[in-house]
Parts: sequence; C-alpha cells; structure tokens
Amino acid sequence: MPVLEMQGITKRFGPLLANDQIDLTVEPNEIHALLGENGAGKTTLMKILYGLYQPDAGSILIDNRPVRFRSPASAIAHGIGYVSQHFSLVPTLTVAENIVLGYEGRSLLQRREMEQIVHETAQRFGFNNIPPDALVRDLSVGQQQRVEILKALYRDCRVLILDEPTAVLTPQDAANLFETLLDLRARHLSVIMITHKLEEVMAISQQVTVLRHGRVVGRRRTSETNPTDLANLMVGRSTAAVTRKANHQASTASALNVRDLWLQDRRGVALLRGVSLTVNQGEIVGVAGVAGNGQSELVGVLSGMIAPDRGTVEVRGNALKLGDPRAFNRARVGRIPEDRLKGVVSDLTVAQNLALEQMEDFSRAGHVDYKRIEQHAERLIREFQIKARPGDRARTLSGGNIQKIILARALARDPVVVIAAQPTRGLDIGATEYVHQKLLEQKERGAGVLLVSEDLDELLMLSDRIVVMFKGEITGRLDATTATPETIGLLMAGGQQDRQANAISAQPLSGRDHAGLPT
Amino acid sequence: MLGFRLERSPAPLWVRSLIPLIAVAITFLIVSVLILIAGAHPGEAFYELLINPLTRPTARAEILVKATPLLLTGVAVAFAFAGGYYNIGAEGQLYAGAVAAAWAGTQLHEQPALVAIPVMLVCGFAAGMLWALPPAILRIRLGVDEVVTTLLLNSVMLFFVSALLNGPWRDPISNWPQSPTIAASAQFPQLFARTRIHLGFLVAVLALLAFWWIFTRTRFGLELRAAGLGREAARFMGVRVGRVVLIAALISGGIAGLAGVSEVAGTHYHLIDALSPGYGYTAIIIATLGATTAPGVLMATLFLALVDIGILSASRQLNIPVYLGDIIQACLLLVALATLLLNRYSLRRSQP
Repeated sequence: MPVLEMQGITKRFGPLLANDQIDLTVEPNEIHALLGENGAGKTTLMKILYGLYQPDAGSILIDNRPVRFRSPASAIAHGIGYVSQHFSLVPTLTVAENIVLGYEGRSLLQRREMEQIVHETAQRFGFNNIPPDALVRDLSVGQQQRVEILKALYRDCRVLILDEPTAVLTPQDAANLFETLLDLRARHLSVIMITHKLEEVMAISQQVTVLRHGRVVGRRRTSETNPTDLANLMVGRSTAAVTRKANHQASTASALNVRDLWLQDRRGVALLRGVSLTVNQGEIVGVAGVAGNGQSELVGVLSGMIAPDRGTVEVRGNALKLGDPRAFNRARVGRIPEDRLKGVVSDLTVAQNLALEQMEDFSRAGHVDYKRIEQHAERLIREFQIKARPGDRARTLSGGNIQKIILARALARDPVVVIAAQPTRGLDIGATEYVHQKLLEQKERGAGVLLVSEDLDELLMLSDRIVVMFKGEITGRLDATTATPETIGLLMAGGQQDRQANAISAQPLSGRDHAGLPT
Repeated sequence: MLGFRLERSPAPLWVRSLIPLIAVAITFLIVSVLILIAGAHPGEAFYELLINPLTRPTARAEILVKATPLLLTGVAVAFAFAGGYYNIGAEGQLYAGAVAAAWAGTQLHEQPALVAIPVMLVCGFAAGMLWALPPAILRIRLGVDEVVTTLLLNSVMLFFVSALLNGPWRDPISNWPQSPTIAASAQFPQLFARTRIHLGFLVAVLALLAFWWIFTRTRFGLELRAAGLGREAARFMGVRVGRVVLIAALISGGIAGLAGVSEVAGTHYHLIDALSPGYGYTAIIIATLGATTAPGVLMATLFLALVDIGILSASRQLNIPVYLGDIIQACLLLVALATLLLNRYSLRRSQP
C-alpha cells in the first residue's frame, strides 16, 4: 500500500501551466527521485504537497485516505516534512531551540530538557555529530541541513521532501547525506528527492518520476533504467525528426576564442575546469548539458559578470578584460542572460532599458538626450515587434516581451559575438520561433553565436556544432549534422565520447577546440 | 485562513501613487485617537495643526525656516536611497558640516560675505562628505551593511561635538557649552525683511533643483536609479555600480553637511549640542514619503515642517502635548513603510 499518492494534480500560474495532471505514488521505505530540468514543475508539485500552494485540481491521499492541506501545519500534522534549498533556521539560536521552536506544546521549556529531547531524537535516527547546544550559525552547511532534517523527524514526518539537497553541499557532505537517507529508509521513512543530477538518482533512489514542462514524461524503477534513458526523458526527444534550419557555411575566422577557463566557488568546488572553445564567424555553437554542470558559470564569464580564476576570452583576436561587463559591451558581445530579470531593471522604462548599455551614444557631457533614447526605443520596438510603448515600465511586460527587449538590445548594434543563454526558456511557440529566427539572422550576418540551452531539440535545430558540458568540463564535441539525441544524452549523463562513432572524434577531448571544422 | 490569501504581486500603478496619501490618512486616524485621549477635539486639533499656521504670515515664514534643514537633509537622504544606499547617517553628517562651519566661520573675520559664505559652504560640504566616506567604502569594498555603520557614526559625531563644546570650543565669554559666535560676514543674510528666512533656504531650494536635474536629465542620475532599482541588471548593462553608489553616498553626505552649515550660519551663529532635533532622521521619513523624487521630497518636507509649526499652536490653543507632533511624524513613517510593504502583496480569495 503506497504511503502517499498524488492524483491528477494541476496548478496554473496565470498563463503558465506549472503542473498538468501529475500523478505521483510513493511507497513505504522508498527513496523516490523527482527528476526534471529547471522549470519542469518539481518544486511546485512539492509545495502543493507541503500545503504551500493549493492545487487547481487533483487530490492527495495518505494511507489511502484523501487529505487536503491548507497550510504547512496541516501537512506536517499528516507526516510530511520539507527541507527546502533555503534553510529556515535561526542562526543565533541553538540546534535544540531551532528544532523545538514553534512545535513544542508548552510555552516554557527548560533548556536542559529541550536539549535532552533533541539529543534523544538525534540518537534515534543516528545523527551523531549534531550537538544540541551548538549555535546554528557555527555549523557547516552540511550540518545545518541535518538540523533541518532532524527538525522534520522531530515532528514525526513519514515522508521527507528534499529540494535539491546537494546543490549547496560539497561532494563529501553529499556522500554523508546519502548515507543518512539510506539509513532513514531502513527506518521506514519515505523520501522524495527533487534533483536534476542523474548520478544522484542512480546512486540512491529506487523509483524515478521524470517531469518535463509540468507533465510526467516517464516513470522508471531505478534498477531498470540508465542515465542516458533518463537524460533523454528529461530533455525530451521529439518524435518527429528535427528539421535543421541551419546550413553550414561558417568561415574559418574565429569570432570568439575561449581558452582554458577555470573557476572555483567559495567552497573550493570547481565549477569550470579548463573550458576551451571557439566560435567562428557565421556559426552557431550549441552548449548542451544537464543544468548545473558549469553552463551558467560559462555564460557568466562570457557576459563579463564573473571573473574566472584563470583563462582568456578573445573576441576577433582581442583579449577582453574579464569580469567587466563594459569590456564585453565595447567589444560588441551581444548578451542574453540566463535569467531575463537580471537583464533588465524592471522599474525602469522600456526605452531606458534599451539605452543603458550604450549611454555613450545617448549622452553628451553627462547630459542624457531622452528624446533620442525614445526614438531609439521606438525603432527597436517596431523592428523587434515588442508589444510595449517606450515609456512603459519593464515590469508591466510579459516574459516574451521582456525577452524581446533583451534580444533587441543585444542584437541592435550588429554584434560580433552573441552569447544566448536559455533564450527561449518559458516562451510560447511564437516567441520561440521569433528568437530562433533572429539568432539565425545573426549567423547569416557573420556573427558568432554561442547558444546555451537545456532544450536538445533547439540545439539540434540551430547549431552547427554542439559541445557537451559535464562537471565543468567539455566532454564532447559533435557536428550537429551527425549528432543524435542519444549520443548527446549519453555525454550529458557523463559518458565519454565514442571516438569511432563520431566524425568529430579527431579533436582532442581535453585540449583546445581548434578553429578548423571537420568536413 | 478566512478564505483569503496574501500573494506577492505588485499593486497597480494608480494604487502605488496613492500610497503617500493613504499613509497620511491612516496616520490621522491613529492620531485622532491620541488627541481624544489628550482631551481635545480631533477636528479642532487638525485645524490648529494644519490650517491655522497657513493663515498667519509669521507662521508661514516659520514653516520655511523649519523646512530649510529638512529639505537639505531630505534631499541628502533621497539621493542615497535612490541609489539603493541606505544612508541613515544624515544626522551625523549634518553635525560634521556644522562643526566645519563653526570652525570656518570663526576664521573668516577679515573676509567679506562673498568670500566667507562660499568658503563655509564648501567646508561644510566637504566635512559631510568626509563623514560619509568610511561607511561607503566599507559597503562597496567589503559589503558591510551601511545602515549599521552610518547609524552608529551618528553617535560618534554627537559625542565628538559634545567633547568639543565642553572642551576646547567652550564659549570663553559665557562659559556655556557653545562654540564662539561666527564672524558677522559669515552669517547668512535674511532673505525677507521681518522673517527668519535666511540664505540657507535658497541653498536648500538650489539643492532640490540640482537633485531634480541630476535625476531627470543626467547620465549619472539614470545610472544611479538603475543601480538602486536593480543592482545586478545595472551591472549587466555596464553601469559601474560601485562607483555610482560611492558618488551618490558622498553627495548625500555633502548635502547633509550643508544642512549643518545652514543651521549654524543661518539660525544659531554658533555650534550647540542641540543644533538638530533629529533633522537627519526626519529626513528618512521625507525621503521615504517622497518616494525619492524631487517633487515628492518637496511636498513631504513642507508637510512635516507644517506639522512641526502647527503642533506649537495646537498645543497652546488646545493644551495638548507638543510631543504629539513627533508622534505624528513617527506614525507617518511606520504607516508609510507598512503600506509600502503591503503594496507588494495583494489580497486574493483562496480556493475553498
């Protein structure tokens, strides 16, 4: 008998269908992976289960009895625990205080007594290295996560939801967490783990549900699947053959030359490990990979937002100052950021957002020519069919129109290089087609386009070449005309490039991407 | 949950533009209760508070006298707030400017007013800037929260002033804790006969105009607004956020310093401990109510100055405590902040 069933869950946010008729069944003693790309609807589904959102349709059953959660409190009362990516702990209180806070029936509790209760709970579940009297702020991130888990256990949870639990952890902490989860499973708990990391799914889950665009696209027993299969489900493989819009006629002159980028985060985890690639003029190079394998950081470096620890970026042979968006601006690198709300100031007007990147052209002696800014905006609005007036605040626009503002700004000055990160994420079909068309126009003009996308169909359709990133490295370089979703999926899942199977295999995996292209 | 849920979504623009008025209305409701408790009729009290001062020429002039330091500190704070830099230190920066003015003013006995006054203004501006510099650098280089540092530096400056006045600067003639009187040529001239409106008011109006011009006409103003409204996006578009915010923080400190100069040279002619009854803090109310725009700051300043003057007559006529004026201002800030916050949410009927 399943401990938890969600049936036909549907949730809409305005025009966006975040969850569409989702069914999810969790058995006792099961670690259930909920797999999907960003925006697939995983977190929404779990927030519904935890009573944070109300579903528009569908029902939840616990032990075969229908329940309705109006708030997290009622979800907790039914044994649901939720550990979000952002911990809800008070840093200046002790572990024991954090765990008991808001749950102990009595208003006054002796510190000793409280610590004793927490200690017992910790012992019962085998949490040894969490001193109840330590202040939370003195704990490592991994320990804080354990406190969160312990908090849920203290409230007698039977189904523990973890939202991307390893995103904040070092590999060592992640390994410890997995041990803990397996141990909890042995103690008759069920765990739902939201993730987009395939190796985690393979390592500890028994059952996988894959979401894509708010729908369940696959259910697998972990023992009966493999990473390639999961990667294909996750990014979606269209049944119809992809019609390539691209025809390959790039020159051999390079537009963008990236050499040996290295980047570490604060915890010392390597995010980029020697990434090198070349984009020629008149060429679109696609970057594929499961989210979190270094693509965001690569885009950050190539937009001037992040200074890497090591490496160089050249545009038409000129090295750029890294970590300085202005340098990229001046070198005419058109940039489409991953998160479009980080590309516009939403409380400024459309015209101002279109102009801020090139204030040199719109001001004289520090004095802004607002009339020319407005004319400029009117021209771009017409050219890019943006549904807005120059004076509208950006926040009043739809996602598609905000994306068009960014596109217009990036492409208006005849860019030498275009860095397009997830340019069609969340857009409807019409807007998506429009973005594709504009990127192809840039290629025709002779710009070098780097297209980073989680949508494999998009990459196959537009790119001339595709590189695959895995754990901060480029692990595969493919010619898009011969690449198949299967080979890309394999590489995305951490497989090595099969040198026999691909024409591009002559290129060394570890080294530079030479300007020459295979014929 | 009675069938309603709070959801995060901004209210429509027309609601947002009404916020200051809504805040004022709610404040009046709260204050009415206090007036009733104080034993007066709210209608009469509001008449004395808000209407009566406008009918008498002397009171009208006093409103502008009061508005002078408020306008300067208000502009100063609005300048920083607009760039997303929360300068809570206008009070300390005001005193820094006042110290500079009290010092310069006593060194300028030989100079004509045309030299003495500009020199004093420049000294005051520089002193305010200097006092605003350390928190700005700490914030931009190390990410230290400027709310804490600027606030704490206020106390440092106040104790420094106290030390000066009880030590080296104690008036040798009266032996009171006040600095020697500044040179006659350094004292601000009256703008209108038989009023206390002085040159400082003109300085304040010019500061307001400069603020308006910078914000609506210059590249720096646009970049500062961008930095204040969306730091990351502004950086993405090539705004040098750190530099822009640093300049705004320094200008903010400088203008607050001018308020100190204006109080010393225009009203008291020497430095005293109680030079400012918290103009630097009232300025936070002004900048917030005025939504960091020049017309908004002007309106908020005039309103608060009116309350400051009106409460005196209301207190005389109706025997209600003068502190009610402070309560009105404090209420107004809290209500304005609350409405600003609530404005980010809207009430929706939830599914039964």
